[in-house]
This record gives sequence, C-alpha cells and structure tokens, in this order.
Amino acid sequence: MKVSFSLNGKPRKVKVAPMKRLLDTLREECGLTGTKEGCGEGECGACTVLLDGEAVNSCLVPSCQADGAKITTVEGLASSKKLSKIQRAFLACGAAQCGICTPGMVMAACALPKRPSLDPIREGLAGNLCRCTGYMKIYDAVEEALGK
Amino acid sequence: MPKRGAKPKAKPKAEQPRLRTVGKNVDRAEGVDKLTGQARYIDDLVFPDMLHGATLRSTVPRGRILEVTRDPAFDWSGFTVVDHRDIAEGGGRNVVAMIVDDQPLLAENEVRHQAEPILLIAHADRARLAEGLKHVTIRYQPSEAVLDFERAETVLKEIGIARGDLDAGFANAEIIVEGIYRTGAQEQLYLECNGMIAVPDADGERSGMTVYGSMQCPYYVQRALEGLLGLPRERVRVVQTTTGGGFGGKEEYPSVIAGHAALLARKAKKPVKLVYDRHEDLLATTKRHPSIIRHRTGLLRDGTIVASEIDLKLDGGAYVTLSPVVLSRACIHATGPYRCPNVRVRGRVMQTHTPPAGAFRGFGAPQSQFAAEAHMDRIAEALKIDPVELRRKNLLRTGDVTATGQTLKDSVTAEEVLDRALRRHEKALRKQKAPKPGVLRGRGVSLFFHGSGFTGGGEVKLASRAGLELTKKGVRLLVGSTEIGQGTRTMHAQIVAETLAIPYAWVETADPDTRRVPDSGPTVASRTCMVVGGILARAAEKLRAELGDYDSPERFRERARVRLKSGPVKVIEEYRRPTDVVWSDETYQGDAYGAYAWGCNVAEVEIDPVTYQARCTHLTAVIDIGKAIHPILVEGQIEGGSLQGIGWALYEEVVMRDGKMQNAQLTNYIIPTTLDTPRIDVEIVENPYPGGPFGAKGVGECPIDGPAAAVVNAIFAATGRRLDEIPATPERIMKVMAGPEVMERRPAKVSVQ
Repeated sequence: MKVSFSLNGKPRKVKVAPMKRLLDTLREECGLTGTKEGCGEGECGACTVLLDGEAVNSCLVPSCQADGAKITTVEGLASSKKLSKIQRAFLACGAAQCGICTPGMVMAACALPKRPSLDPIREGLAGNLCRCTGYMKIYDAVEEALGK
Repeated sequence: MPKRGAKPKAKPKAEQPRLRTVGKNVDRAEGVDKLTGQARYIDDLVFPDMLHGATLRSTVPRGRILEVTRDPAFDWSGFTVVDHRDIAEGGGRNVVAMIVDDQPLLAENEVRHQAEPILLIAHADRARLAEGLKHVTIRYQPSEAVLDFERAETVLKEIGIARGDLDAGFANAEIIVEGIYRTGAQEQLYLECNGMIAVPDADGERSGMTVYGSMQCPYYVQRALEGLLGLPRERVRVVQTTTGGGFGGKEEYPSVIAGHAALLARKAKKPVKLVYDRHEDLLATTKRHPSIIRHRTGLLRDGTIVASEIDLKLDGGAYVTLSPVVLSRACIHATGPYRCPNVRVRGRVMQTHTPPAGAFRGFGAPQSQFAAEAHMDRIAEALKIDPVELRRKNLLRTGDVTATGQTLKDSVTAEEVLDRALRRHEKALRKQKAPKPGVLRGRGVSLFFHGSGFTGGGEVKLASRAGLELTKKGVRLLVGSTEIGQGTRTMHAQIVAETLAIPYAWVETADPDTRRVPDSGPTVASRTCMVVGGILARAAEKLRAELGDYDSPERFRERARVRLKSGPVKVIEEYRRPTDVVWSDETYQGDAYGAYAWGCNVAEVEIDPVTYQARCTHLTAVIDIGKAIHPILVEGQIEGGSLQGIGWALYEEVVMRDGKMQNAQLTNYIIPTTLDTPRIDVEIVENPYPGGPFGAKGVGECPIDGPAAAVVNAIFAATGRRLDEIPATPERIMKVMAGPEVMERRPAKVSVQ
C-alpha cells in the first residue's frame, strides 16, 4: 500500500506492505539508518521514534499505522550539523558510549516533560535499555538539557 | 589527596607538570556521529548485489549427523548453500582458530551442543531465508549429553597455584571455615547483535576477502579467516565497523560469524551480510562461564588467614574457546585481595554439551571474587567479628606477597578504597529514610582487585605494535585497538596530544582496518589504556624527539610540514616488557600483572518479605585506576560495569533445558532497566602506576568484580540468611529465607492468621 507521512518535517510517500515494520520502512525505504534494532520485540527501545510527538517502538508499529502521521527520527534533531540541546548534553555528559541505544534514548528523552525530576526521567526511559552507561550519565544529560 | 567525599578530580601532583589534555573531559571523538545517527554499524551497510545469510543449527545437544537433506520440491534457485565440505574444497581448515583447534566452523559428522552451526544459506531476499531453512532436514542419532558441569568428567584445562605449606597452615589454624559458591551464566548483551559482511575481491574467487563487522579484535578475525579460507594473510582484510558494545562478547565469537559470511561470499561470489537477530545471538553466542567454587580457610581467632584452599570449576561448554585464559584469571584472583602465606588453588574447566562459554568482562575474576568476598562475610560471621575489620586485617598492602608470589611494589590501594567507600556510602545515606514497614534492609561490602593487561608473559607474546603518522593537521593514530563504546579513540588521542603538547583536536585516528593499522593486540583485558596507551605515548615521545624541540603547537605544525615535504613520517613502537615483571607459566609463580586496579563496593539492598524480591537501592563504587585520562569516560566504565554486576547478582539468569537456552529473548532474559538501577555513586582514586601512561592502570573490568558479593552480603545483613548462589532471584531468596524462624517473622503469614 501507499503510505504518506511527514518525516523529520518533510512529506514522504512510500509503497510498502501494510504490516512492514515502521523500523524497516525507515531504514530500508527511507534510508534513515539512525534508528536501530536491538531486539525486535519492543523490549529495548533502540528503535524509538516520535510518532505524532509520542515515543514509540518502531519495531512494533506496522507501517500502515504511520499513514498521515508526523514522524521524527534522530536524523531530524540536529540542524545543519548543529546538535540539538539534548544531543549536545548527551555528548558533554558522556551519555553515549557504544551509541547503539543512543538514537532511541535521545528520542525517548525528547518525549519527556520539561524540568523533570529523577523519578519521571527513570520512568520515561524505562523502556530504553542501555548496557554501557549504567544510566547515570544519561540522567545527567537529560537534567542538563531539560533543566532540573 | 582529594577531600572526603570530594568529586573525582585529577589531582595535580607537585612533581608532575600541569596536564593540558589528560584528565580533561574532552568530547568523545566519534560522539557527534553517534548522536546524530550518522555512525554506521554493520547492519546499516549495504553493498551492491549483497545477499543475506542465515545459519542452520543443531537441535540436539549431542549426536551423530546421519543425513542432511534439502527438500527437492523446494525452489532452491537463487540460494547459495554452504556446508563443511566447502571449506576443504576451498583449501582451508575447518576450525575456529583460537587456543586449541577443537571447534569446527561447521559441524561435520557430529554435533556437540545445541545451536551448533551445520549449514549456511544465503539469498538476495532476506525474507526467503527462514523458508529455505525450513526445507532442510537433519537426521541425528542422539547420544547421551553431559549437561551438568558439576558432574562432568572431561577436563578442558587445569591450573594449580601453590604457595607455602598448606597442611602446616591448617595445622596452625584455630578455626576452619568452609563454603561453596555458585554463579550462573551471563550474556554480555551488547545492544548491537553480532554481525558481519564478507565481500569477495572482484577479480576472481581465490584472490582475497574483505570482512567488515562488529568486533573487538580485527587481527583475531584475520587469523581465523586465513586458515579457514586457505589464503595468505595479506589477502584477508578485516575492517571494524562502529561497534555497539562488546564486553568480551565480540572478542572470539566474531571469528565464527566472519568465517560463515566469508564462506557464503566466496561461493556466491557476492557480498554476504550475516547479522544475527537477538534470539539467535542469545542462543548461539558465548556467555560468562558458570562456576562452582569451594573455599576452605584456616584462621586464627583474631581473623588472620593462615591457610586457604580453593577449588574452582568452570563450565566451559563444548569447546575450549578462551577458557584456559579465563580460568587463569579466575585462579589468580581467587583469593581476593588478601594476604595468605599458605595457599592452594586448583582450577578446572569442565567440558559439557552446551554452547561454549567465552570472554565476558572480568574474565573469570568476577566469579572467583564473588566466592572470595561472600566467603569473607561467612568467615566474619563464624568468628563473630566485623566483616570490614576482617578485611582490613588481611588485605594486601605494599610489600605484601600474592598467591602467585608477586611482591606488590607500586600502586597498592586496597585499604584506601575500603576506607573511602565506607565513608562515602555512610555520608550519602546518612539521611536515608527508614524502609517501608516490613521491608528488610541490609548493607554489604566487597573488596576486590583486577590485574591490568594480559597475564604474566602474555603481553610479551602479543608483542603489540602501535604508532603515529604525521598529517598536515597534526597526527593520526595507527592503532589496532578498537572503539567499542569504552572511549578508546578519545583516551588514546588524549594521551598522544598531551605527550606531543598539541591540541586534542589535531589528533585523529585511522580506521581500524588490518590494511592500515598494526596489530596492537586484542581490545580486551583492561589493557587498552595501560598497555596500548603506553606504546602510543612512547611513539609520541619518539616523534617529538625526531621533530626536535618545539615550544608551541604552532612550531610543531611548522616542523611537521617541513618534514612531510620529504615524504610520510611514521613512528611505530612495540610493547616493551617492564624489566621488573617476571613470570613463569610452568610454576604459575611470579608477577601475574604489572599493576592492579583496586575496588570497593558498598551496597544497600532492600528485600520485600512478601515477594522475596531484592532490590539494590544504592551502590557505592570506589576504584583506584592510577590515573583517569578522561574522568567522565572512567566514571562511565565504572557505572556501566557496576550495573552489569548488579544485573548478574539479581536479575540475569540463563535458563537451560536440554542444553538449550530457554529464555533467549529480552522479554525474559532480564537486564536492568532504569527502574531496576540504584544510584551508583562513584569515586575515582588515582594512585599512579609508574609503568602506565600518566600513571594509568586498567579500568574496564575491575568494576564488575565487586557488586555481586556486596549485594549478597547485604542480603545476609538484611535477612540473616546466606545466599551462596547468584542470581539472587526471588525463588532463591525464598528458599534460604523460608527457614522456620524467618517464616514466623513473615508478614505474609501474619496476614493469613
């Protein structure tokens, strides 16, 4: 089927099987490989993107469901090589190590409320696994970017 | 020395010049690429005409392969199929080259574990692979499999360490304390699964092979491919792509998957991508060795250890892989960081019909130090003395001698990390609220150490090389060490920038490609900073001397440009053994490691008496690593390693049935999420090691050695029950808590009345 959506602010049309995972559509049809696959079953959050402003696991979203939606991926955050506030904070605070969870983690962080205290940060990121950092530096980065 | 509870900081030493780059938190070298999604991991790469590969695996733990049949009714056009015969036909040897050549790359007549690779297929359409695999039938004649390593008889490797007179030691002992400790398998769970792309050279089948992929050790992969493909070394090129975590899981296993991809690519004459999904990665790849460790310790009543006998068994699985080296590290660290004049350690790796165990951060030391540190608390209980004082009485100090007869000369910090951790933990939790009614709370301590670099003569055998070349901008690092998230590129660039007295931004790193960079040894064993960083520092000193004295970075650049006019300038240095490090592989005596990192954990644990769920609520980690080249990266290593230790202690359980992992998915193989993670409070101690660059020792592994014992000791403090086996799942905690007196205190029982 034909699916149209707004991808990082630009209109995009693809012809895909309706049940093709949004993750695969983004990576294979749209060439945006920043969104990663870690488990394929919605446990790790590496494939997190924003779908109409909400953080979703793109491995669990059939492409047909994205029709008419606004999608933001990690590629949509920085403007002309200038990192967004959250990206900059992740870099400065050491919140990215191997980097494979990072795009999903950053997108999940984008969906957090402003000035979150530690508990909402932990809850908001509980669907995103990181095996490198022990999460401490990720909390630091989110606090720095979103304000304490 | 920083003040009590001070934030970790580089301390300026009077005799050291002020450092400009080392000790500073510069931006991670490849950070922007990772944050913007531009970094290319193996699954992000696509080559023209590329096929996708898949692996057919055994479904019995042991048996003869009677017949492999491909369904003749199935349309096999477009498929490439490879089995073990293709290896011999191509002039190669069917072995995964590691320590012992016992593991076939593809099973021939027999299988020795579940998920053993037997046949490979490739197709342009990834979706057709599952279908293809379904149309291959394998008939086995199963035979009896040994699945329990405690009952296994075949010993893959045995190591003994003996010092002093054990019998005399026990004869002098006033009390003897015994304990048996068990640890389970653990999956590295790098979030990027194992994957490779093999690309045959365009000009014909025999000309060569390039393999790209996720790995820690490009030169291990190159060596494995040479023998497998029957190619001379220079025709095998291995390139590391951005790697999404390793933790040891990408030390030896990549040789297997690279070999599979290369066989398919050679036969298909096309690039082949072989990337595992999470299920396959969990089923087939190596895990941490399960262990059973027996301690028998003789002591004086005042707590002085006078005799220590340790018997250690690891489950190696079906093949040797790196088990002998894992066993070596387990044995050397088996006493924990304590003095003992009379000691005997016997270690064995047992063979079972389960998927081979392999490298995982800590490499045997987490198992043996879990046992040692849980045992210390059992001793304290038996002697009715404070566990901290028992440790203080026996811990290693400068001038003390270890089990291998090593006299500790430099950078010995056991007591300092212990004191600092206790103070820091106490201070952080001074205002802690009382636990919820009924919830049990306890505090546990563990003290540990970890040798940096390869054991004994290992570094001499590796003869690692690394170097620099001048560029117009500054220098380029030529180093085979890989960036796998730990910060290799950043930390190496800092060491070189500091030594050359040029800005960090002028230092770049060549891609880790066997055609471009020398063999710097594997990226393992907490050696990348201390050992390889040391070689790079030496190369930088040599380059600096070659350029003549310069007083500013600008002068460096001017001289470099002049020199570059007469051709490329390259300096490659090789590892040099410190003259005071002496080791014998025959007697297992000597200086096991040039330096040790020292660590102490204090864990706060709460247990819900109804669900028996234990949660670590606060973990203090104080680690001496000599010098923090990049404090934030170091904290990241300590926090991440600590959390993996907590996961191993409480949540991560590999459930095996009939030799096969039953929970091979993230739904029920549980690693800690943010909600399971306690506050991890880190303090870095910098007691410099003169043999390391700027005093640095290893950091990667030490932090994972301690948390499990601290957690289990805290469970004892909370419940009065000893748990000698991890993971401490609710089921296991219930088992030890369901004693009669504990049952009476249980609110669950109260509510029934």
